[in-house]
Amino acid sequence: MKGKLNLDWNKVEEARNYSRKIADAVHNFVNEHTTVSVERAICRLLGIDGVDEYDVPMSNVVVDHLKSANLLSEGAAYAIGNAILVTGLSPQRIAEEISHGRLDLRSLGYGPEVEVFGAIDGLVEETVEKIRLNRVKRDSLIQELGEGKKPYLYVIVATGNIYEDVVQARAAARQGADIVAVIRSTGQSLLDYVPFGPTTEGFGGTYATQENFRIMRSALDEVGEEVGRYIRLCNYCSGLCMPEIAAMGAIERLDVMLNDALYGILFRDINMKRTIIDQYFSRVINGFAGVIINTGEDNYLTTADAYEEAHTVLASQFINERLALMAGIPEEQMGLGHAFEMDPSIENGFLYELAQAQMSREIFPKAPLKYMPPTKFMTGNIFMGYAQDTLFNVISIMTNQGIQLLGMLTEAIHTPFMSDRYLAIENARYIFNNLRNLSDEIVFKEDGIIQERASRVLDEAVDLLKEIQSVGLFETLEKGTFADIRRSLHGGKGLEGVVKKGNSYRNPFIEKMLGGSCDG
Amino acid sequence: MDKNSYKKNDLPAAVDLTRITPYGDTMNDGKVQLSFTLPVPFGPEADEAARLLMRKMGLKNPQISFSREMTTGFTFFVAYGESSHSVDYTSIRVPKIAMEKLSMEEIDRFIEERIGRKVVVVGASTGSDAHTVGIDAIMNMKGFAGHYGLERYRNIDAHNLGSQVQNEELVARAIELKADAILVSQTVTAKNVHLKNMTALVELLEAENIRKKIVLVAGGARITHELAKELGYDAGFGPGTFAEDVASFIVHKLESVV
Repeated sequence: MKGKLNLDWNKVEEARNYSRKIADAVHNFVNEHTTVSVERAICRLLGIDGVDEYDVPMSNVVVDHLKSANLLSEGAAYAIGNAILVTGLSPQRIAEEISHGRLDLRSLGYGPEVEVFGAIDGLVEETVEKIRLNRVKRDSLIQELGEGKKPYLYVIVATGNIYEDVVQARAAARQGADIVAVIRSTGQSLLDYVPFGPTTEGFGGTYATQENFRIMRSALDEVGEEVGRYIRLCNYCSGLCMPEIAAMGAIERLDVMLNDALYGILFRDINMKRTIIDQYFSRVINGFAGVIINTGEDNYLTTADAYEEAHTVLASQFINERLALMAGIPEEQMGLGHAFEMDPSIENGFLYELAQAQMSREIFPKAPLKYMPPTKFMTGNIFMGYAQDTLFNVISIMTNQGIQLLGMLTEAIHTPFMSDRYLAIENARYIFNNLRNLSDEIVFKEDGIIQERASRVLDEAVDLLKEIQSVGLFETLEKGTFADIRRSLHGGKGLEGVVKKGNSYRNPFIEKMLGGSCDG
Repeated sequence: MDKNSYKKNDLPAAVDLTRITPYGDTMNDGKVQLSFTLPVPFGPEADEAARLLMRKMGLKNPQISFSREMTTGFTFFVAYGESSHSVDYTSIRVPKIAMEKLSMEEIDRFIEERIGRKVVVVGASTGSDAHTVGIDAIMNMKGFAGHYGLERYRNIDAHNLGSQVQNEELVARAIELKADAILVSQTVTAKNVHLKNMTALVELLEAENIRKKIVLVAGGARITHELAKELGYDAGFGPGTFAEDVASFIVHKLESVV
């Protein structure tokens, strides 16, 4: 392709080769293991729902039972399939019997694997078909209503109360938002279960629950009809319950999911083994459901320096691209992340930003790149903040980004007011409309500041990937290469939820969603 | 795990129109954003002064999100607070111009059918006001934001006299042109000089004995219908007014006179 940066495409190819090797090594590890959250997701996809009298989700009841019965390594599909075979009950009834202490899966005789998996085949097929139909529904709604032009305008709502969130989300859609993300309550990523039902109290956000997904989905469908534009719903498929959130999102037709193990490892101190296994299944589900995943590279720059560490973002994008492809996610659903976090006092900071954003665009041409607004250098001076957000919007339209996480002038002060969102949308619409085709009209000077910057970042990313390839991804995370944060292989939260797969283990959903491949 | 402390199932409070307070992101949170400068040196005392002042303004939980020295002895603030006051929206009565709003085509037809001759309109930005943006938006052919101005109207004979027109000159031209309506624009004024100037025009028209024969209309950023009526005008138009709003008023008023 003919780009503006005169990039060395051999270098890009080299980077992709290293990434393939890095991802292969990770994937070999993933294939040999499962986790409590992977198995809980399977329970949910088999139709196990609700909570017991202590408000413990039924999927947790079942998987806790499997764990104490030493059956976790054989997997929920195997154990429940066998229970169906023996008792003739539905998965939900089986869960209830376990919950009441009336059924112990240890005490059952186990049938031949063909019959065991045969017993749940219809249920698996039914759920997979339901998710497929959600995808068809999304496509037909987009066809019928239309959608906003890219970059999509992405705003967050974060009141803590799902019903108040609905008020804010409707207002945002009417003001011009294309994607509404419901920020999760602080700390949800560290819960090893998914709360149940509609929720009205959260801290800095609203709990992700299946009922909350349903409430917001129907509100956005309604307002989408009103404004004549399909409004995408985004949530957070990260933390300790990645695959379960993915399953809930697929069932409730979410459109966009934050979905990045590296984010959880670095910023939530989740154990790397646990989350990288969880990520694979969650991405298979998201890929199949047509969900755009957002990766979290942008966050590296909230702790590391955007000028010095730009190459770590690019390196991570390459790795995330490969891991996503392995999980069946097409490039069109890869919202690879990056951010406008250059220190405003750097001379020519805008040019470096422009170089990096254009580089991501050229290297990942089909990806709906997710571009994050300034946060680190937002000071509480809302007027300066508004100017910073303006430059951010200019770069986005000049480099054809895919998803624009709108900057709020009150960043670092409070979660957005309705009026903050309005001002952000007005700013972006003004700039996008006025500069719509500017990118078609400009080229960058040969060997100028912008070309040189892109070439240097690419070189550094290639060197880094080469190093990661030789030591492995886990070891790289232990060294603190990403975001200047070190994490240990055996540290962090959730390692106790990881087990090696047993001989009878199968995940029938991965098989169906990846189209017959037995991988996973 | 907790016994669902996050879930009380309470719906957001419904709006109470008898006690309206600002809305940030939750009904009745009272959130107010403000920025101002105090003539005191930058420092913790300055922040505290800003907070005290905000409390006196009736704002609870004052938070200074940003403060910076502007020059020696002056500190600028961005701040947030929660209003402790509310107003009764249901008891508010704002005088409005009661009329049917017509489009340009409808107005031209209205003039043809019910007035039977061209309507003459004279407009100016008067007194010391050098800004023509307001009068131009209403009168010039091009209009504003896709709304054509009075010059474009087939049956309106529009005369835009421009800015800094003295009342005497305006009245002389109105007599000369046999104006049906006079439009007075006041965009930027200081120390209420526009009020004196607007009153002086009414007195002049009365002295010439033509006040009752002419539709007299004022417009501008700080003009309300209520204010204009108080000063002896037939109508006042504030921000967001287009030519057809003014023309609709003029033709309806003329019809009732004719």
